Amino acid sequence: MKTRFIVPLVAFVVLAGILAYGVKRAPEKHFIASVMVGKPVPEFTLPSLTEPGKMVTSKELHGKPYIINVWGTWCYACREEHSALMSIQQLGQVPIVGVDWRDTDEDALAWLAQLGNPYSHVAVDKQGRLAIDLGVYGAPETFLIDAKGVIVHKHVGPLSVEIFKRDFEPKLKEQTQEGAS
Amino acid sequence: MRALLLILIAFAAVQTAFAIDPTTIPDPKLQARYQNLTHELRCMQCLNQSIADSPVELAGELRNEVREMIVAGKTDDEIRDYMVARYGEFILFRPRFSARNVWLWFGPAIMLIVGAFIAVRIIRQRAKLVEQDNEPLEEEAAER
Repeated sequence: MKTRFIVPLVAFVVLAGILAYGVKRAPEKHFIASVMVGKPVPEFTLPSLTEPGKMVTSKELHGKPYIINVWGTWCYACREEHSALMSIQQLGQVPIVGVDWRDTDEDALAWLAQLGNPYSHVAVDKQGRLAIDLGVYGAPETFLIDAKGVIVHKHVGPLSVEIFKRDFEPKLKEQTQEGAS
Repeated sequence: MRALLLILIAFAAVQTAFAIDPTTIPDPKLQARYQNLTHELRCMQCLNQSIADSPVELAGELRNEVREMIVAGKTDDEIRDYMVARYGEFILFRPRFSARNVWLWFGPAIMLIVGAFIAVRIIRQRAKLVEQDNEPLEEEAAER
């Protein structure tokens, strides 16, 4: 008759274990994991904000790791993030390509003039096509692209230097090591 | 009474005017597919609304993508694939069958079978007990 008690006990322990695992993992699940990580960056040809008449293309960016930062002047968190982008740019480890999402050129240029321009290129995505191709659902979102043009990391929400050092730097180092060997 | 009716009709008209998505595709078949698809794709910003019900800009852009793909002759599955490739399975309100969620699909059926099995066993055991109860006790038998 002992099994009568053991079976529910085991069932309870298993269930409690599953729930504990779920609760522990909950903070990671706060942001939806991007399916884009591990995939090649979508090809794009978009007008440049800072160099009128020129285009920013994914092709010219390939060959070296770079960061894509999706932002807009309408985005409050982007303003919060901007000083971090300036600091990251000053670290000089990786160029940052801005994607100005659903914005007007005047607003965007005024923003960069006022707050500084951390971007090596700024692509203008008025219709949000590239944003959709990148699976962006809210600005700011930041992608790390490796030398082969594959998305190796995605960060949702404002970036900080700490987050950059924690999540982006190790992946960048892997890149340079792979390149050297 | 007539005034009330008129007011009600006026309200009904206002409602349609306020619909979030005024898109119409001339072909009614395509329009039906469009309605269907936009109702089963999640608005990634608002999470618990479909892109058909959401006033958010991104939802509008995704509706636009859906409309363009339908008009271009893409199948429903191709459109779903397009969305899943960018936003993940999460964008589908109707999850697809996959190895990861197989237990979700079959879990209830398995539970039902296990439950039925246990129920049958308990009922059979109880039935036996009733039979034993009905047998006259030895003392009683002796008295007779």
